[in-house]
Formats: sequence, structure tokens, C-alpha cells
Amino acid sequence: MTDTAIHAHDHGHDHAHDHHDADHKPGFFARWFMSTNHKDIGTLYLIFAIVAGIIGGSISGLMRWELAEPGIQHLPTWIGYLHHEAKFDDAMHFWNVLITAHGLIMVFFMVMPAMIGGFGNWFVPIMIGAPDMAFPRMNNISFWLLIPAFLLLLASPFVGIGAGTGWTVYAPLSTYGEPGPSVDMAILSLHLAGASSILGAINFITTIFNMRAPGMTLHKMPLFVWSVLITAFLLLLALPVLAAAITMLLTDRNFGTAFYDPQYGGDPILYQHLFWFFGHPEVYIMILPGFGIVSHIIATFSRKPVFGYLGMAYAMVAIGLVGFVVWAHHMFTTGMSVTIKMYFTAATMVIAVPTGVKIFSWIATMWGGSISFKTPMVWAIGFIFMFTVGGVTGVVLANGGVDDYMQDTYYVVAHFHYVLSLGAVFSLFAGFYYWFPKMSGRMYSEFLGQLHFWVFFIGVNVMFFPMHFLGLQGMPRRYPDYPDAYALWNKVASFGYLIMALSMVIFFWNVIQSLLAGRKAEGNPWGEGATTLEWTLSSPPPFHQFETLPVIDDHGHH
Amino acid sequence: MRMLGLTSILLAAGMAFATPASAQEPAANAAAPVANTAAPAAVATPAIADPTLDATGKPLTKAAPGIGQPTADAISLQPQVTPTGREAHWFHNVVLLPLITIISIFVLILLLWVIVRYRRAANPTPSRTAHNTPIEIVWTLVPVLILIAIAVPSIRLLAAQFKPAPKDAITLKAIGNQWFWSYEYPDNGGIQLTANMLKEQSQVGKGERFRTDADGPRLLATDTRVVLPVGVPIRLVTTAQDVIHSWAVPAFWIKLDAVPGKLNETSFIIEKPGLYFGQCSELCGARHAYMPIAVEAVSPAEFAQWVKAKGGTMPNEVAAAAAAEAAQNAAAPAAETNAAAEPAATNETAPAANAAAGNTTGN
Repeated sequence: MTDTAIHAHDHGHDHAHDHHDADHKPGFFARWFMSTNHKDIGTLYLIFAIVAGIIGGSISGLMRWELAEPGIQHLPTWIGYLHHEAKFDDAMHFWNVLITAHGLIMVFFMVMPAMIGGFGNWFVPIMIGAPDMAFPRMNNISFWLLIPAFLLLLASPFVGIGAGTGWTVYAPLSTYGEPGPSVDMAILSLHLAGASSILGAINFITTIFNMRAPGMTLHKMPLFVWSVLITAFLLLLALPVLAAAITMLLTDRNFGTAFYDPQYGGDPILYQHLFWFFGHPEVYIMILPGFGIVSHIIATFSRKPVFGYLGMAYAMVAIGLVGFVVWAHHMFTTGMSVTIKMYFTAATMVIAVPTGVKIFSWIATMWGGSISFKTPMVWAIGFIFMFTVGGVTGVVLANGGVDDYMQDTYYVVAHFHYVLSLGAVFSLFAGFYYWFPKMSGRMYSEFLGQLHFWVFFIGVNVMFFPMHFLGLQGMPRRYPDYPDAYALWNKVASFGYLIMALSMVIFFWNVIQSLLAGRKAEGNPWGEGATTLEWTLSSPPPFHQFETLPVIDDHGHH
Repeated sequence: MRMLGLTSILLAAGMAFATPASAQEPAANAAAPVANTAAPAAVATPAIADPTLDATGKPLTKAAPGIGQPTADAISLQPQVTPTGREAHWFHNVVLLPLITIISIFVLILLLWVIVRYRRAANPTPSRTAHNTPIEIVWTLVPVLILIAIAVPSIRLLAAQFKPAPKDAITLKAIGNQWFWSYEYPDNGGIQLTANMLKEQSQVGKGERFRTDADGPRLLATDTRVVLPVGVPIRLVTTAQDVIHSWAVPAFWIKLDAVPGKLNETSFIIEKPGLYFGQCSELCGARHAYMPIAVEAVSPAEFAQWVKAKGGTMPNEVAAAAAAEAAQNAAAPAAETNAAAEPAATNETAPAANAAAGNTTGN
């Protein structure tokens, strides 16, 4: 089919396996720093995402610490570590630096690398029966662009006063509102991360369209591959718009252009339209691969094929398409005309329909099944319910007239954390436990996995559910201090953070213990329900798989 | 369908005529001519006591818990004091909240049912069912119907919120600054206010004013309150001097971004006298959390007295005064536009400038 496939050696695969691997596995430096192997690059992405997740999660810990009580407690101390002689305003600015960093890190350096770079790289080629990605070297540069991107962002508060623009980087706060090198570094960081994602998207689209094993038509493709394909298209169409928008920010900041400066005929609202034209598809970029992962896990542990496979695939296509025409629901209070506001209200609500199809199809997959509640399954079930809760508050927010109250309050914070921190992250953990035996060749501890789920589940709900109350009472987001009436629920939320943090200790304990001393995993630890191609390989898979292409029969997957 | 950009340009143009404020220039400059034209009236009127303050200059209206501000530990929406606010409050509490609760519980029950009924111990042999077209049609169509049912009150609410302010509305112009709000009353002889957050006693020097409980809660009380009449339509116009801010008062169900170089407009009617607090709702830099909004709603009579005390005029008077002044001095364009924009006409045929403003009530 392709050069990479034909490249396969002729000799017997099984008995020559070890020898073959030893011959072809490059040395440590070449393997991890000049990697062209999709599994190795996937592993790099996952390690990167975990590191970024620790940093981004620690920042949210600082935020919840400061917010645990009314008044300013810790910000002046923290800014003192960074910059001596910092004034009160610098401390307040540091709050904005924290929220900006938390948002950017979690979106661009945790969820996206884990979902697409990590699991996508690892399992898309395997699931379609391909030996590797279409452009292995481009795959490598995709990953390595992320490193300088992340370093630029992390270094920005040490070089200047830090980027305190919010992850949305709204002009003119981000142009004449915040001079100094920090915001430029953050913008450049986004450029690099965006370029990385665009290259990755091109790679996935090419791989999925050209390198499927014989017999694997689009309509036989596993749903995770579908989800990554749609995500790749969203990336390809949305990220250039972001790149343009933030390039104009850069030139406004440094070269005297006035795209967003009203004094010279520019328009700050233009930036918001461009940003959200990218930003709304971005939220689906973060959740669609999760949909794919959850579909596999639900089917595997129910020992049933996915219910309504085509409906599931095209529901994701529909979500992707409609996701491009709803962006201005993030801008209901910017002064839109009534007709535009009505349109964006209606269009946004339409998304609830394909999302509902997915929720009900997952439940229908379980219906009539023979369900075992292994760790990946409890995370997937948790995902379904928590994503539903996050989804229905989205229906509330979709109403432009209601959003006038909710916009920029903690209700919005609660909503997007339910779909991301309890949606996307639940699916990440589900996928991690599901594929950990495959990737590492070791079984994790089932007890610790279950314990991790329950402690995390309780922690994030205690943390995020009270934020609905705060939002309904009108507490604005991005505030380091709040009127005393909001004290109780903020305290509860901060307490929830501690529970969540404890669960992460359990998670890392589990991972380390399993990697060091976990039981060896067989090729398919999940039994008859696991039908996709990765379970036909050894755990971990050989360095190069499918040297002879698998053939997909008429009954679905191999 | 109107283009958004066109809308804002039209709106800006309309407002520039309707009030002597320019959309392009920073608001303080634009306000200058108003202040000038109003000045003679202020000099002419004898000093009138500000009805919102006592003899010592302390605010008379004290913050009342439970309304116009967040309530400790509460889990619901703030009580609403505007007609559109009450409609939205009803829509949320009676339609949306029960609906989303029912949907969430429905999904939870389905999940619990399959977990119990189809666990491996209870159902060792899985079915192979992977399709059921009728049920797939049902779970596509039923959400569509539910959403249509939501859309009706939702669109109605939007239409109500966008009802243009009538000609006799009081105009309040809120200008966002890093990090305080300033206000103008262009229809009332150009009264100008600046509202800063009141600091705590521990944060101020000796002799400086600090917040007391009568002023309002911590982080919400301001040194100067916006005074508005109850029962009279208020036309809110927002803009900003530097970066984007957002003028928000939860009890009014109002949140309108204040964008530099742009005039946004909306309207509301406050139904109850009282003190209503809000906070800046668009990230605007270091002290984003420290630029609260405090609105004191008083009776129209008190409002008129307050306007006088501030050296301003009520629209009827300003029209007369301006007309007289215009007769004396034909080279006073600001006064002329003021007079043209603000006749207390009950007639539906509005002057061109007002029509332009009304048409483009895309806020």
C-alpha cells in the first residue's frame, strides 16, 4: 500500500521478533530525540501532557488556595518570590498570570497533546492496520515544536511581568493594555503550538485516508479513528484563523498596526470573532477524541458492538460542522444585534441534538450487555454522566437572553470544567487505564485505579459543582478576591481541590508501581469485547507492527 | 440581516447625534461640550441638597441584605427588579432549571438501571443488538422538540431585552476605566460622576473615607453611587477609555461590555427603589476585581432633585434652556443637537437621530 508497508522484512515474524526488534530499535538518543516511530512519539506526547498537567494543575491549586477565603492572602507573597519590590498591582496582575497560564497549559499543553498527540499517535495507525503514520518525520517535528512553545509560555513570567490577558488574549488588554515581552512570548508560544497541531492534523488526515488496511472502509473504521479524523479537520480549519488573529495581535503590539485599536479605526470585537471562530471548534477538538475513547471502552466492557455505529460517527461529523457556526455565543454581551443573537442562540442549541444521540447510544450500547466494571469502564460511565451535567448547563448558557446574567460568571466556569475537567479528563483517564497495559505491557493495580476514580470523582464534583451556585449568585470569574457572601462555596470548592489532588497521588503511585512491578499484560487483557486491532498485537506491541498488513473481513474488525 | 460592523457604525453615528458624545474620541473629551452647556444652568440654580445624602454627606440609603447583592451561602439567582430580569428569572427557574435537572436525573437513572440490570453477574450473555432505527429516530426527534420548546421563550426574552428605550428614557452612559467606572447623564445637563471602590478601614490613611456597612458589602461599595429613577426606562450606553470592561448588575439582568471606540446600548426599567451592586465582568487588568458598580434607585421626584443638586437639568428644562440659549448664541452646536434630540414629544415620529439610535438597538 505504501512504502512503509512494503519496507517490511520477509522473514518469519514471530520467532525472529526479538532479534528483529533489537536490530532495528535505535539507541536511546536516536529513539527518543529523533523519533519517527508513532508509538514512541505517542509516549513522548503522553509524558509531555502529564508534565504539563502537573504544572497546570498545580497552578489551579495556587488559585484555589488564594480563593479559599475572601481577601488577598498569598498573591503578594508569591509575586515576591518572582520579582522583588513587587507592588500590590503586580500581585493582582500575578493572579491574571496564573489564570492565563492555567487555561493555556491545560488546553494546549495537556488535553490536546494527550488526546491527539498521545492516544491519537499510539492507536490511530494500529487501529487502521497501518505500520506507522504517513509522515513520521513531520510527526517528530509536531512533537518537538511543543517543547519550545511550552518553554516560551513558562518563561514569560520570569522575563517580564507575565501574560495576564486570560487564555483568550482579548485585545486591547493584550495590545496596548499590557506592554512588555511576556505577552509576546505567550503569543509566540501559541503560534508554535498551533503549527505543531496543524502539522499533526495533516499527518492524521493523510494517514487515515491513505493507510487503512485492505478491507477497512471508512464505515468500518473504529470510532476513535473517526473522532481523530474529525478533530484533525477541525484543527486544520480552525488553527490558521487563530494564527492570523494572534499574528495581528503581535503586529499591533510591536509594529504599529491597528487591527484591533479603535483609535486608528481598528476593532477590538474583530479579535473576539476571530478568536472564537477558532475557540469554539477548539472545545470540540478537546472532547471529540474523548468521545471516541469512551465508545470503545463502553463497547469493550459491555461485550457488545457499539450501538448505532453510523449514527455515532455522523453525530461527531455533525458536531464538528455545527461547531464552526456557533462561535459568537461566547460574545453575547459584546453588543450584538438582536437577530445575530437569536441566530447564535438557535444554532448553539442544535448541538445538543447530536450530543444527545451520543449519550443515548452509549447507554444503548450498555443496554443488554454483560458489563464488567473495570477501571476504564467506571471512568467511561463517570464521563457519560458528568458530560451530561456539563452539557445541560450548556443548553442554559446557549440562551443569549439568559447568558446576559451568566456570561463571565462562575456558572460558565462550572460549565466548561464539567465538560473539560470532568468530561475530557475523565475520558483521558479512561483511555489511559484502557490502553496502559497495551502501551506499557504491564497491568495497573485495579484497586488503586478504582480508588483513584472515586476520590477524583468526589474531588472534582466538590470542587466544581458549587461553582454553579457562585455563578447563579453573580460571582464574576477571573477575580482573586470576592465579596464575603461567596465565602462558603469558595471554601468548599478549594476543599474539593484537595480531594482531587489526593486522587492524583493515588494515580501516580499506581502508575509508578505498575511500571516497576506490575503484572505482565497479555495481548488482550479485556476479553472478547475488545475487538479493535490493537488487541491482536502483543503488549507492548512490537516496535514496528503490521509488517504484513491485516485484512479486515466483512464482519467488521479483525 | 445587518452586518455587525454596520450596526455599530450606525449606532455610533446615531448616538453621536442623539447625545453630544462621539464614538471615536475618549468619552471625557466628548463630554466636555455637554458640561459647558450645562454650566450656566448650574450656576443659575441655587444649591439644592442631594436627596441621597444626609447633612453630613453620608449616604441615606443603606445596603439591604437579600436584594441587589449576593446573599451568603445562597445557591440561586439573585432576585430581579426589572421586567426583563423577572422574565429571564422565570425562564431560568421555571423552564430551564427543572428541565436540565430532569434530563440529568433521567440519564442517571438509565445509567443506574443498565449498571444493575446488565452487570455481568446478572446478564452473563450479552445481546448483539447494535441497531434499532425507531429508537434512534425518537432520541433524535425528542431533543429537537424540547429545544424548540425552549427556543420560544428564549427568543421572546431576547426580543424583550432588545426593545429600544422610548424617547423619554433617562440615558446613563457608563464609561469603563482602569480601574473605576465613570458616568454621564447626557440628557440631564451632562452630570458626570466617578465611582471608585471604597477601601476597608485598614487600607486607608487617617482621615480618608473608608467603607462602612451602610455603604455596602466589601468590594461592592463605591464612593459615589449611580442614581437612577424607578419606573422610568433607562437607556444604558457603555463605552470604555482603555481596554474592554463590562458593566453588570445581576439584579437588573444586565451585562453589557464597555468597548473602547464603540457605544453599546441596552435599556431596562428598575421597579423597586433600593441599592443594587454589580462588578466589572470582563477581564481588564490588575484591579479587575476592584471596580464595582453601585446603583441607587430612587423615586422620580427624588431623582429630579438629585439631578438639580448635581447641577444638572431634567430633559424638559434642558430643552427649553437650550432653545433659549440657541436663540442667543447660534454657534452652540452641542446645545442644538441636545434640543433636537430631547423634545418631550409623545408622538411616535422620532427625529432622524433618534430613529437611527432606535433602529440599531443591537445594544
